[in-house]
Amino acid sequence: MKDYIIEISNLYTSFFIDSQVITVISGLDLVIEKGKVFGLIGESGSGKTMTALSIMRLIPPPGKISGGKIFFEGKNLLSLTDKEMEDIRGNRIGMIFQEPMTALNPVIQIGEQISETLMVHKGLSRAKAKEQSMELLRKVGFDNPDKRYYQYPHQLSGGQRQRVLIAIAISCNPSLLIADEPTTALDVATEAHILLLLKEIMAHHNMSMLFITHNLNIMKRFGDTIGIMYAGRILEEAPVDDFFHEPLHPYSRGLIDSIFALRPDEKRLKVIPGFVPRLSELPEGCKFHPRCVYVMDRCKKEEPEFKNLGNGRWIRCYLF
Amino acid sequence: MDTLLSVLELKKTYEVKRSLFSSKKEVINAVDSISFDLSKGSTLGIVGESGSGKSTLARCILFLEKPDGGKVFFEGRDLTTLKKSEMRSLRKDMQIIFQDPYSSLNPRKKVYETIGEALIFHGFTDKKGVISQVTDILKDVGLDEDFVFKYPHEMSGGQRQRVAIGRAIATNPKLIVADEPVSSLDVSIQAQIINLFLDIKEKRNISMIFVSHDLNIVRFISDEIIVVFKGRVVESGKKQEVFYNPLHPYTKMLIESIKGDFIKIGFDMKDDIAYGCPYYMRCTIKKERCRNEKPSLIGDDTHKVACFMDG
Repeated sequence: MKDYIIEISNLYTSFFIDSQVITVISGLDLVIEKGKVFGLIGESGSGKTMTALSIMRLIPPPGKISGGKIFFEGKNLLSLTDKEMEDIRGNRIGMIFQEPMTALNPVIQIGEQISETLMVHKGLSRAKAKEQSMELLRKVGFDNPDKRYYQYPHQLSGGQRQRVLIAIAISCNPSLLIADEPTTALDVATEAHILLLLKEIMAHHNMSMLFITHNLNIMKRFGDTIGIMYAGRILEEAPVDDFFHEPLHPYSRGLIDSIFALRPDEKRLKVIPGFVPRLSELPEGCKFHPRCVYVMDRCKKEEPEFKNLGNGRWIRCYLF
Repeated sequence: MDTLLSVLELKKTYEVKRSLFSSKKEVINAVDSISFDLSKGSTLGIVGESGSGKSTLARCILFLEKPDGGKVFFEGRDLTTLKKSEMRSLRKDMQIIFQDPYSSLNPRKKVYETIGEALIFHGFTDKKGVISQVTDILKDVGLDEDFVFKYPHEMSGGQRQRVAIGRAIATNPKLIVADEPVSSLDVSIQAQIINLFLDIKEKRNISMIFVSHDLNIVRFISDEIIVVFKGRVVESGKKQEVFYNPLHPYTKMLIESIKGDFIKIGFDMKDDIAYGCPYYMRCTIKKERCRNEKPSLIGDDTHKVACFMDG
């Protein structure tokens, strides 16, 4: 029996706009093993950020979680009161956002922003919180925390700001860290730096992570399990090595081809035809079928189940 | 091959105040003596991270921003000496495509107005002929005639970027500068747009400058690559050379990161030095000499590098 930090089953999240219902997450099943990284990959609008916000119960209105269960440390997050949820958010589950400039308050010193979390969740005194914040700043790689503590976000570079966010996210020693495109706004060199730092912290604190990105390349070295998301559903889930060795879903294959292939004898990149559908105009049947090269009649009428192929591989496709 | 564009010792500096109330100014060399040639029909990839000066370089080449020094020759004519009216008529031969098609297209203009404006201004057609010409151009960029009367908000990011490309090729330019044209698009759409660039390049024999932070994308489309760091060229040469036989530690790092290897790099800001090699503070093979001297770009036409690695 494997030990899971979080188990999401049959999650539905929808937005209710006028008389229209737009379902952004549709029957999502996802489990993360303790101490492992789950990489959630998807293009814009595929629902990956909505998955993160659902776990945190931060879906902005008119959106609502309309069904399913999210079990975290033995509790169903969806049945907790708002007050109980506040104790988990930022405390047991930490979150890092994509844009470090907007996630930090521009008029508050960065040290204060770290201390705040500690004072709210751990009930520390101001002095004690400050001491711990300095320690955290050192942990995320600042070598002069006593000076950094009093700086404002605009005085830091993008990578440094992201490190401050990481410090805030890990301040209460969460057991799960959700990172939503944490390196997308950064340069490759800084990106590598941040990813290595995250790995170190994870190992040191025995954390698990949900890592959301559109970048398959990162997952190759960083993730343990990978989930490919499309139109609010996971189309394929697999251990990272198996996935890159042999991607199964036509969408996964298309993604990998469009990034990695182009041998010297080929003149053009292989592409996935068509475009990412709007969630308000999803097709019948399999949501990927209009772009699929292996499309069959059946795909156009009924949506395939999420099928277990064994060895940790799951797929939503009639080819298997 | 004939040279279309020649850039000579191009410089652009910005002055920034140290802090809000300080009177001391700091000079930032966004483009620091960059030179290169672009021959007709070939594509040059400019790679660098954000803040490396690659976009400023692109804008200076087209005189969207006035360089502070150096010269740009376009078909042998020195752009620095041209009058405004001469420059304006030259504009049809040099077009630019921006990163974000959401902000580079006027939200209140339909597609035929956006593309037609340039056609009419440069005298390619009159008001009557504009629709049919725009339809032809849209076909070239993979959009059908339904798009002629659409507004930008009715299209996806990939479709918008196709319109932006259509606007750029409308005047039959000799040079297209594309500044991060795919980085705001989804992965599955990026490949489509790159293929479109390859089609256009093949069919119309247009020279291109393709600016990107992503070496992986640049290598598909370029014949030659220059790698920029802090406003200076650290490596340049034929694509095969730069990509498969990189010499500069920065280029090597970029290529490793494509493969998914994360290299640990130094981030010692205290070592940021004014006189030496711009890559000094991050470099893994630095020596004493690199601290005090800027390496110049040396090598032959196929491959050049700016590094003291051999002594």
